Amino acid sequence: MEQKWVVFSLEENTYGIDVQSVRSIERLQPITRVPNAPSHVKGVINLRGVVTPVIDLRLRLGYEEIEPTDETRILIASLNQGDAGFIVDRANEVVESDEVRIEPIPESSRDMLSAHLTAIAKGEDKLFSLLDANALFEEQYAE
Amino acid sequence: MDVNEYLGLFLDESQEHIQSINTQLLKLEQSGGADVVQEIFRSAHTLKGMSSTMGYERVANLTHEMESALDLERGGKKESNQLLLDTMFIAMEQMEDMIADIESGGQGANVDVSETVAAFQSFIGGKEVAVEKTSETSTFEIDLYTNSVIEQAKQTGFEAYQITVKLSDAVVLKAARAYMVFDRLQELGEVVSTHPETEEIEQEQFDLSFDVLFLSQETAEVIEHAIAQVSEVERVEVNAFTETAVSEPEVAVTAETIAPEPVVQATSDKEEAKDTKEQVAAKTQAKTIRVNLERIDRLMNLFEEFIIDRGRLERLADEVGQPELNETVEKIKRGTNELQSLVLTLRMMPIEQVFNRFPRMVRSVAKEIHKKVQLDISGAETELDRTVIDEIGDPLVHLIRNAIDHGIERPEVRLQAGKPEQGMLALRAYHGGNRVFIEIEDDGAGINVDKVRSKALERGVITDEEATTMSENELAMLIFAPGFSTADVVTDLSGRGVGLDVVKNKIESLGGVVSLETVGGQGTKFQVSLPLTLSIISAMLVQVGEESYAIPLTSILETTLLDEADILTAHRERVFDFRGQLVPLVYMKEMFGIESETKSQFPVVVVRKGNKLVGVVVNDLIGQQEIVMKPLGTYLEGIPAISGATILGDGRVALIVDSNDLF
Repeated sequence: MEQKWVVFSLEENTYGIDVQSVRSIERLQPITRVPNAPSHVKGVINLRGVVTPVIDLRLRLGYEEIEPTDETRILIASLNQGDAGFIVDRANEVVESDEVRIEPIPESSRDMLSAHLTAIAKGEDKLFSLLDANALFEEQYAE
Repeated sequence: MDVNEYLGLFLDESQEHIQSINTQLLKLEQSGGADVVQEIFRSAHTLKGMSSTMGYERVANLTHEMESALDLERGGKKESNQLLLDTMFIAMEQMEDMIADIESGGQGANVDVSETVAAFQSFIGGKEVAVEKTSETSTFEIDLYTNSVIEQAKQTGFEAYQITVKLSDAVVLKAARAYMVFDRLQELGEVVSTHPETEEIEQEQFDLSFDVLFLSQETAEVIEHAIAQVSEVERVEVNAFTETAVSEPEVAVTAETIAPEPVVQATSDKEEAKDTKEQVAAKTQAKTIRVNLERIDRLMNLFEEFIIDRGRLERLADEVGQPELNETVEKIKRGTNELQSLVLTLRMMPIEQVFNRFPRMVRSVAKEIHKKVQLDISGAETELDRTVIDEIGDPLVHLIRNAIDHGIERPEVRLQAGKPEQGMLALRAYHGGNRVFIEIEDDGAGINVDKVRSKALERGVITDEEATTMSENELAMLIFAPGFSTADVVTDLSGRGVGLDVVKNKIESLGGVVSLETVGGQGTKFQVSLPLTLSIISAMLVQVGEESYAIPLTSILETTLLDEADILTAHRERVFDFRGQLVPLVYMKEMFGIESETKSQFPVVVVRKGNKLVGVVVNDLIGQQEIVMKPLGTYLEGIPAISGATILGDGRVALIVDSNDLF
């Protein structure tokens, strides 16, 4: 089956997440902070009547926290243990697998060797890292 | 065939059939009847078919043997006996375990059923002999175990006798006379078995005569003489019992004349019952459909969303002030109100599902500890939220076991106290206001308050001063305190380290309250009150800084205003004087890390957990409101002092404070 990815940015870097696991892309909305939760958990939102946890992907992946802009989006992903939202700087496009070539993560790159990065997609004018959304959560448990 | 998609259906239906067999087995044990056997046979047959289709060999094997045994009984080729009944009860327990294993992903091969299967097979195999025996010679069907008991007794100088006792036609208290006969017999030897069953004899479910299989070192004459002395005994016959022996023709005649009668009686009783109850049950069953719980939850979510929008619409209509618009909005409001109560009832189920497993449990627990208990269930049709139904079973099991174990006395003690030998255990459910009440009442010894007091002192649960000031009821409630047990003897049922405090916690986590009333010598009544539905609760909304939180009303004692100057410090802890009691203060802004300035006067919400109190300091009280409780989701489970979330009228999410974590 042909694979597709939703591609989004954090600063100048682009990431891709399997389109199958993305439920919707939402504009930023009021987030209720959950006290004593891990710092990258921004809180919970009311997503059409379902209370859904939201993670700041910048903090989760080690970027600086920034003020939200007009382009800030919440990517709602359906994960193994329920839905969750990821705050990203910008949602760019949907890329199909014939546009890119999948390459393994260079073994020499220590920074990139983690369970939530699975591979790198390289196209004519694009390059993005593939993220495993479930691993983002499961690793958080292991911490 | 990919059977996975049928797994849910298989599990649901298996559980239903097991439940139905259990119910019918109890009925069979009490009154017998051909159509009861038929019913059990049908369920066993369905179970067999389903499990072999699904490939669960062991389940299929067990049900196959059970079905074969029942087939003989159904065809009248063989009468059921206690051994077969017990085997079927065991088989059902094993079935339940296997189904549970399948549910958790196994193959249903976690239970060794070989013994049960063998027991069924010996029943089936023993068919011909047994038929001969019942029709021609003795009334007793001897299983291997009984046979070995007799053999052993013979080796040690005992003789096996078959005794037939006939009471006079004028007898008034049949059971009492039978009891006296047994009393005499017990002085002379050992009763191995009786026909009809001892229970039936005690309940006067026999004609005028009964048979006893008896082991004794005395001669037949001595036994005959002893029994003949009991008044209103018309005739006694004592014959040596040999398994294959032919008894006196007279005995055979007696056996034949009694045997058919109870059967006929039972069937006619049964038919009457069938006409009323069972047909009703069959009808209601046909009207239900199975709906995935997830769909109902989705419907609830959508509907709640809709309710929030309705609120907005009302506000807008008010602002616009157009009469026709107002009228339409009013209509929508009425319609949705009705819809709301309807949607809420979708999650409701009769508590019957939980109660159903109790008759069998009570039977086996009572048997285990040699007590006689009659269980009386009422209000099984009372409806409760599905979530509560799933969770309330274990606490109730605990309370019922507790009542049988500690409440109801041993038969001899009861007789001495002038009570009927058989203890009464009443299980009731009913609606009251916004809550459902479940009561468990026994007519046992009641809670010995003095014993509770000394035990509580001994264990340091209360102080000397408390021991003298506490009311009887407060003292009785101490049995729910952690690490408390009043049992003199650690039985198999209690003393497992799981106390009643676990029961109390579980009930409270469901938003419920447990209380008790006890009268020494007359019994104890436990009352559990539960919210009708878990998802809608009353809560106090409070504001701290920019954030709003909801505190469930069930845990709030009251709210009060406190001046900065009234705060006292005791051992670095801030406390305040609440009606002469020092109560610690918890600052919500500190606990939840909220930035806000403290005013010189602020509201305090006094919450309680058991007897303990805590004052929660907030910035503002927004007011009391009905809120819809929603889970925070798996990823945020275990956040301290937060039990869930709710969506407010403006669409924002407010967190619900779990006040149990504040202590």
